Amino acid sequence: MAKRVLMQGNEACVEGAIAAGMRFYAGYPITPSTEIAEVSALRLPQVGGKFIQMEDELASIACAIGASATGVKAMTATSGPGFSLKQENLGYACLAEIPLVVVDVQRSGPSTGLPTSPSQGDVMMARWGTHGDHPIIVISPSSVRETYELAIRCFNLSEKYRTPVIFLMDEIVGHLREGVEIPEAGTFEIVDRPVPEHYYPKKHAYHLEEGELVPKMAPFGAGERYNVTGLLHDDTGFPTNNNKIAGDLVERLMKKIDDNYDDIVTTEEVGMEDADIALYVYGGTMRAALTAMEMARAKGFKVGIFRPVTIWPFAERELREVAKKVKRIVVAEHNYGQMLREVERVAKDDCEVRFVGKVNGTVITPEEILQKIEEA
Amino acid sequence: MAKVDMTDVREKDVNVSDLVFKYMRPEHLPHIWCPGCGNGIIMRDVAQAIEDLKINRNNLVVVSGIGCSSRAAGYFDCSTIHTTHGRAIAFATGIKMARPELEVVVLTGDGDASAIGGNHLIHAARRNIGITVIVMNNTIYGMTGGQYSPTTPTGDYGTTAPYGNIDRPFDVALLAAAAGATYAAHGDCFHVPETTRLIRDGIAHKGFSIIEVADVCPTYYGRKNKKGSAVDMMRNQKENFVTAAQAKRMSPEELEGRYVLGVIQELDFPEYTEAYEKVIEKAQGGAK
Repeated sequence: MAKRVLMQGNEACVEGAIAAGMRFYAGYPITPSTEIAEVSALRLPQVGGKFIQMEDELASIACAIGASATGVKAMTATSGPGFSLKQENLGYACLAEIPLVVVDVQRSGPSTGLPTSPSQGDVMMARWGTHGDHPIIVISPSSVRETYELAIRCFNLSEKYRTPVIFLMDEIVGHLREGVEIPEAGTFEIVDRPVPEHYYPKKHAYHLEEGELVPKMAPFGAGERYNVTGLLHDDTGFPTNNNKIAGDLVERLMKKIDDNYDDIVTTEEVGMEDADIALYVYGGTMRAALTAMEMARAKGFKVGIFRPVTIWPFAERELREVAKKVKRIVVAEHNYGQMLREVERVAKDDCEVRFVGKVNGTVITPEEILQKIEEA
Repeated sequence: MAKVDMTDVREKDVNVSDLVFKYMRPEHLPHIWCPGCGNGIIMRDVAQAIEDLKINRNNLVVVSGIGCSSRAAGYFDCSTIHTTHGRAIAFATGIKMARPELEVVVLTGDGDASAIGGNHLIHAARRNIGITVIVMNNTIYGMTGGQYSPTTPTGDYGTTAPYGNIDRPFDVALLAAAAGATYAAHGDCFHVPETTRLIRDGIAHKGFSIIEVADVCPTYYGRKNKKGSAVDMMRNQKENFVTAAQAKRMSPEELEGRYVLGVIQELDFPEYTEAYEKVIEKAQGGAK
């Protein structure tokens, strides 16, 4: 039976990850994500998994990638400064196609910033932080319950597409405590990476069969004896200087995400049926938006909420529909306007776009959003 | 120069070690290193050690970082992973921790292991995780064209030390030993049987092991520092490097200026992944 427990967002992240099959965690302490490491250290050995506290952030993600290469579902978690440090190896996992979940519980930046204060300043870093063109999936939860469910989804997408998935939490949700119904085991679909039927030494470990989303991935030690590299490679997994092969590889990696937009991108709409003003929010900002919507509706404004749950790829198609329907979109985010420009790019021809941002470590209040709804 | 097809050299009656066919990927050979480079010798030592220990290639993972040394991983016929600069030991830690039954060997260089990756080296040594790190120490950044590294002797030249290097060099094996490595040794390119034995014992050792192998880089280090040809550099190892057994018979005066090969530290401490098995037991309510 489902059981109801009081749980913190960071805790829900670990419980969801374990339900998804996470059996390896490598991390380094950093506020406000530390509870993810603490709970993993406690919980993983209970389920036969492994926890290791590494010497730094770079080692943490490297260690998690190494574990994943052996076929074990792995995760690492951090916050802004640590997320900066993880970027190089994040790109490695993208290119080598090693499944991995990287949690970033965002805090105020730049630099050391305000360690215990909320922010959503890493949205663009999550998309473009590592060098070079690369595919990325980024998902952001807005409640503790959703954190549990989406942690599972992060692992599922990561395994299915053989790509790192960034679970972009924020301090609001990470440190929030809510009553959560933990569903029974078996409630959620759990996806595992595609593995070969038989393991034998393979000359073309990165060969994509007709109709496959990604090449099958043998765990290290199973007998396939293949090579993994961070250099652009051909389907043998060995470096190539052939520009055609190099270009084709990058394109395949980009397309495996882009071409599966419908499977990857999810959004939530609240009160949008009759709305002529839409609030564009994601992550923890959703909570202020819900109250602002109620306040505005009490005053006679027809306000709805559009919330991308998948942050990247950008929920462009759904947003375009919203833009056609409403006269105004109010973007509210805890940064200086990172998603604002994306929203403007998609919506500005169809409706006006207003903005509420915060970079001082406090949360956006419902009143501040309401003001942008009310102003002429 | 025409690329030699290594896959059919057997038929061509060329003298190639059987180790190449048993433990390497002939289709990816010959290697990319410069003529006279010591990396190939070290790679052979590793293959010989694997042969001596009868390690099943399916259970072997070779991990490397970035640099000349790190291209060696791809030549081995086992699970191989060529990682990011400095992080090979961190990747290897994840592999070993997740699957302790695998043999994990890291092939790295002096820059990779002791500059950009120095933190991982000392912490892996401290944890005593059962991986083997082989440092191909050519005392220079070769891949980027001859910049001084953390092991370049003071006063020597590099492209970034045009007036002579003012840094003091690391002894990488000694550094790891100080950090708690339970097996640390010095080898070189000339003393092949001795170095092979050190690598073999390092792999067989339960716990963290490091073998720092004095490499030969005639192209960058040698040329910048007037060390002569590759043969001259090998002759230097032959004449000035002594094995531990030879050193025992030598007086302090005779040992002056000599580089002594052999084990510098061997300790008995619990291996990390085994210690973690006890954590799992405790967490599951078993042993208290």
